[in-house]
Amino acid sequence: MRTITYSQAIYETMREEMERDPNVILIGEDVGAFGGVWGVSGDLVKLFGEDRVRDTPISEAAIVGAGLGSAMTGLRPIVEIMFGDFLPVAGDQLVNQLAKARYMSGGKANVPVTVRITTGAPGSAAAQHSQSPEGWFMNVPGFKIAVPATPADAKGLLRSAIRGEDPVLFFEHKMLYATKGEVSDDPDFCVPFGQAAIRREGRDVTIVAIGGMLPKALEAADLLAKEGILAEVIDPRTLVPLDKETILASVRKTSRVVIAHEAHKRLGPGAEIAAMIAEEGIGYLDGPIARVAARNVPLPYSPELENYVLPSVADIVEKARGLVQNRS
Amino acid sequence: MPITDYSTQKLLHLYRQMLLVREFELRAISERRAGLIPGFIHSCVGQEATAAGACAALEPDDVITSTHRGHGHLVAKGGEPKYMMAELAARTTGYCGGKGGSLHMTDFNLGILGANGIVGGGIPIAVGAGLTFQVKRESRVALSFFGDGATNEGAFHEALNLAGLWKLPVIFFCENNLYGEGTPQAKQAPVADLAIRASSYAMPGVTVDGNDVLAVYEATQAAADRARTGGGPTLIEGKTYRQRGHYEGDPMIYRSKEEMDEWKGRDPVVAFRARLLTEAGIPEAEIIAIEQAVQTTLDEAVAFAAASPKPAPETALEGVYGETHGGLVF
Repeated sequence: MRTITYSQAIYETMREEMERDPNVILIGEDVGAFGGVWGVSGDLVKLFGEDRVRDTPISEAAIVGAGLGSAMTGLRPIVEIMFGDFLPVAGDQLVNQLAKARYMSGGKANVPVTVRITTGAPGSAAAQHSQSPEGWFMNVPGFKIAVPATPADAKGLLRSAIRGEDPVLFFEHKMLYATKGEVSDDPDFCVPFGQAAIRREGRDVTIVAIGGMLPKALEAADLLAKEGILAEVIDPRTLVPLDKETILASVRKTSRVVIAHEAHKRLGPGAEIAAMIAEEGIGYLDGPIARVAARNVPLPYSPELENYVLPSVADIVEKARGLVQNRS
Repeated sequence: MPITDYSTQKLLHLYRQMLLVREFELRAISERRAGLIPGFIHSCVGQEATAAGACAALEPDDVITSTHRGHGHLVAKGGEPKYMMAELAARTTGYCGGKGGSLHMTDFNLGILGANGIVGGGIPIAVGAGLTFQVKRESRVALSFFGDGATNEGAFHEALNLAGLWKLPVIFFCENNLYGEGTPQAKQAPVADLAIRASSYAMPGVTVDGNDVLAVYEATQAAADRARTGGGPTLIEGKTYRQRGHYEGDPMIYRSKEEMDEWKGRDPVVAFRARLLTEAGIPEAEIIAIEQAVQTTLDEAVAFAAASPKPAPETALEGVYGETHGGLVF
């Protein structure tokens, strides 16, 4: 085991998979000489050349389409979309082409495309560079959606995505890039899709924390513990497929649940998770399902306004405490 | 190249392909009316020369992307009429097991990466195939068919820019049938010859008579040679005409009978048949033999489709993903 950053974990995984398989390529805006605007692709172009690490024009539709066409003909492209906010520019290629290619062909098309996407608010980036679009795509059958929250998951889930056969939207939270954690040295270390992680065990309330909300949920759990409230923190790791069993088992144990994500509250990923719990586990609950999420306005520029809109540690603490205090 | 320089075998192959495209469409239309085919059809009657001519210039391991008006492209690339008809009839034996229908037929073994329900949707995908061939140093070509309407989509321009920049082995084949759905091309673009759009992307743009199968063949052959030798992409515009509506049932109130009659007088299949007889001196008996064989093929295709099973409803849930992840329901 080594301690590395989330960003290094992604870089290393790309490098290792490109060394292992000549069919793995990386294409995207500024992924080559620039090294990625977040620095994630680093020196890959020097290691693998401009044939396999390609700077593209600012043409999101062509980038995603090229990923799909190259996957159908034998490559395993990693496609980088610099900001999740730009995904709608490639809307048709993502939603109508990439997600549906296998199904429309009667299951015959292999579509090993990993779309690496940055998500979340980095601070005062305003409405077109701060969104968390994961939920937009949960409504489109055909994608797998990964939301790694730790360096180990960034590595293990990315490797699973690159070696898999399906299109994966891989959401990297910008505020997690510098976070550190232990990562396995096993060159085949994979994290399977559809297996949530219990990040902290507890008995009083379940906090389902997605992506960038995991550090905040763990911080909230520390604060709650000082009040004698033991929170169990669940990290779904992938939204599609969703590990319902682990979430339901935790809710069964705690009878209370807070779902935290940075996406907007209305029809964010938490809406699906809440509906799933209501459908399959309502009998376990002692009270309402709580959601902590961005308020339903575009992300504003001003730090004061942005902080008001984004979900915080205090919001999680308050919701969890409220559920516990309303018991009995 | 004069028609007399072509081998009889090549000429008859081109005629057979055009005729099979034409007759497939007419049979599909009649079978839809008869109730065998549940979905809609955008027929390519009148556009046979572009499909047959372009695909005849490709090798078996070259690939194509197609369009909503794609039956002809698939037939010309070697698609089996019986699997196509079965797909239109929504049967398990069809190319997509009944999940795709007219707009999404694929056969990866034949290099058919898919018809497409979105105008311009296949163009970036063909660029991706060209990327594979370049990265893997394969002497293969990707050809993307699209209509005049698609050249007004952003995807067209993004795709040509990328292919021009990277000199990818791609042929962009625009079938300019003069209408984007129900609106004439002149009301959709400020240029008449769409091939000039190539000039922005540093690739040749060639306009040919899209109803002349030999002109299409030769232009595509030149583009394919260029692509295979590292010369990069080409935009070919074949001017043609959609003899029937945008879709079967289109009332076509947006164009005149005179215009339609004029273009029917330039029917590519009829014209080529006449040239085979008069200019190439091919005995009519050989042509008739092909015509009979095409009818037999289509009779068999319809019988195959009609006799094939319909999918079990619950199989709708299969084939979304390649991996099951331990049986998890997504």
